[in-house]
Amino acid sequence: MRKSVFLGALTVAGLAAAAAAAGTVDDVKARGKLNCGVATGVPGFAAPDANGEWEGFDVAVCRAVAAAVLGDPKAVEFVPTTGKTRFTALASGEIDMLARNTTWTFSRDVDLKFEFVGVNYYDGQGFMVPKALGVSSAKELDGATVCIQTGTTTELNLADFFRVNNMSYEPVPIETNAEAQQQYLAGACDVYTTDASGLAATRATFENSADHILLPEIISKEPLAPLVRHGDSEWGDIVRWTLNALIAAEEYGVTSTNIGELSAGTDNPEINRLLGTEGKLGEMLGLDADWAKRAIMAGGNYGEIFAKNIGESTPIGLARGLNAQWKDGGLLYSPPFR
Amino acid sequence: MTSLTDPQKDRFRLSMLLYDTRYRSATIQIIALIFFMLVAAWLISNTAQNLAALGKPIDLGFLTEPASYDINQRLLDYDSRDSHLRASFIGLLNTLVVAVLGCATATVIGVIVGVLRLSPNWLVGRLMTVYVESFRNVPVLLWIVFFMAILIETLPAPSAFRGDDPAAHMLLGDSVAITNRGVYIPEPLFSNSLGDIHLFGASPLRFDVSLDLIAILAVLGLGLWASAWIRRRADGIQEATGARPTTWYLRLGVVSVPLAVLLLMLGFHLGMPELKGFNFRGGTHMRNSLIALWLALSLYTAAFIAEIVRAGILAISSGQTEAAAALGLRPRRIMSLVILPQALRVIVPPLISQYLNLTKNSSLAIAVGYMDITGTLGGITMNQTGRELECVLMLMMIYLIISLSISAVMNWYNESVKLRER
Ligand SMILES: N[C@@H](CCC(=O)N[C@@H](CS)C(=O)NCC(=O)O)C(=O)O
Repeated sequence: MRKSVFLGALTVAGLAAAAAAAGTVDDVKARGKLNCGVATGVPGFAAPDANGEWEGFDVAVCRAVAAAVLGDPKAVEFVPTTGKTRFTALASGEIDMLARNTTWTFSRDVDLKFEFVGVNYYDGQGFMVPKALGVSSAKELDGATVCIQTGTTTELNLADFFRVNNMSYEPVPIETNAEAQQQYLAGACDVYTTDASGLAATRATFENSADHILLPEIISKEPLAPLVRHGDSEWGDIVRWTLNALIAAEEYGVTSTNIGELSAGTDNPEINRLLGTEGKLGEMLGLDADWAKRAIMAGGNYGEIFAKNIGESTPIGLARGLNAQWKDGGLLYSPPFR
Repeated sequence: MTSLTDPQKDRFRLSMLLYDTRYRSATIQIIALIFFMLVAAWLISNTAQNLAALGKPIDLGFLTEPASYDINQRLLDYDSRDSHLRASFIGLLNTLVVAVLGCATATVIGVIVGVLRLSPNWLVGRLMTVYVESFRNVPVLLWIVFFMAILIETLPAPSAFRGDDPAAHMLLGDSVAITNRGVYIPEPLFSNSLGDIHLFGASPLRFDVSLDLIAILAVLGLGLWASAWIRRRADGIQEATGARPTTWYLRLGVVSVPLAVLLLMLGFHLGMPELKGFNFRGGTHMRNSLIALWLALSLYTAAFIAEIVRAGILAISSGQTEAAAALGLRPRRIMSLVILPQALRVIVPPLISQYLNLTKNSSLAIAVGYMDITGTLGGITMNQTGRELECVLMLMMIYLIISLSISAVMNWYNESVKLRER
């Protein structure tokens, strides 16, 4: 009895100590690998392919950071996390960054002590139902059984939505997307609700995806953003500006195909600064001059990553919508590289 | 007057603390205790400091904030505006429900299997062996998930009950619906209900107790007491005269007639589940998460209990059985009158730890989305508030209290079945 109390307290103390450590860049460099938290499996966002290689829209952010810091987009250890485990994994130092359909909220930022580095997908919570249910609006869902992933903003929005609309529902809390999919397809719940992008991604894997519809209501704002721990701003800057580099690259027309040509030098100083042929941006970050070039070469610019993983030519078929560049009427807007 | 043989009065010297065997063990224990407390104090202050450095000093204030999430199985009133403390309390009740259901079922199955495993019938004995070995040797988490998968995949969804020619039908005169969302059974309703007593006002621990239930339990208790009194009287008459009066109709009557009258007065009727909209409404809904968890926990624990029961029975020497048989007792009575009462003394102590195991294993509930205390306080609340240390410490305290209570009750029971030595 005494011994177990002792060991328990020791673990707690150890955990707390690990979380307080800083200097993530040095840790990553020393390790030679980036530990990146991703989803357990959402096709298009983060899922292992047939060869066990992780790929997807969120995975691409991890790879870009690994390319910028370590020079190798493959030097990533992917850590699958559930809605519940992700924050503990990040806070305890098990992962260096988290890119997992995670909504930027006030309390996660301020109270849970994380730093969101910028939005990589502007999303909102939607509902998916089988067509056969004959439902055309979320307002008709009174009394329905709803599958939700626990530990998410989804379950909070859902409670509010039904409450405000004076409807009742039966929540079925679930840990992972795969289990939710299984329960939904077996008819154990009428509705599956999560971020609309996640719904589209999940639906794309169904055998008869045409038998399921997304309801028109989007009930929340879900800015999905990669995040790091509070208190290590150097590391936060690296992840933030790697994401910005991907977005800016699209804005300036830098793609994975023309990047070799452009990095010989152009007459646009902003591109030159981004690609390291002018100025010392890399050095300021504590990296070398080619950091952004490598990040972009890892999977292409933001637009290329989007098109390849979740864009309209993929089975997931998401339109750019809010996620277009600001010049095209979207919300993507990278601060200037100068 | 002093005699020479009187021992010299020892004066206490400090070194005796170490060299005198009378004091040495106490000295060592005190030093060890001081050392232990120093280490503990250091660990606690270190943890507190690190948490403070992280900007997360220990603070239980979050418990009064609104929980903002819904819980499907609520034994008491709860909605998403209630506090985290209330949500935890609802979770705690769910833990207790599955623990009580599980312990009761596991005991019944365990005793039956344990006895049958010793059966001279080869087939029955072997079957029980297969059951015990397969349940004991597979982790309980897998059983829980397995039962849940079976329930979800093989049973019809509520929509299958709809239409003119439905694929699935309700059972027992349209009173029971078995679906892949759980089982709906009729619920007892009272049209002249006595109402509820509200305990603890509007606090997070507020608790409604149904007066109908109390009335029923009281009448039932009185009936059983009267029935026991009649039996004792019959025992007395039998001892005095040798003839036992027939009492079964009297005993049945004192229990059932007052109960029936009370139920009639309360306007007892059954509320039937009915398919309305997406789901069945009305009736009592036993969710499949509860059923899967309950089945898995009780079948798993029953396998261990069966072994304990078997060991307990084997511990009673076969001379007892033979002696009882020689007195003309039939095998069933030998078991219930001679063997089991003695075997209980061997069975109860290890049984306690099985009950504790079952209760602690119920924390795997979240695997099937059953909202127990681990799912609420240690799950969603912890996750949404980020108060890991507070939540885990509270959770440990709660399980500790539950376990100690079970131990206390069982120890008391053990005391009462113990052999009275004269
Ligand atoms: N954006 C919400 C919900 C995120 C979420 O859990 N999304 C699901 C569905 S897209 C997911 O990523 N699941 C991944 C998994 O199951 O591993 C949040 O941050 O709380």
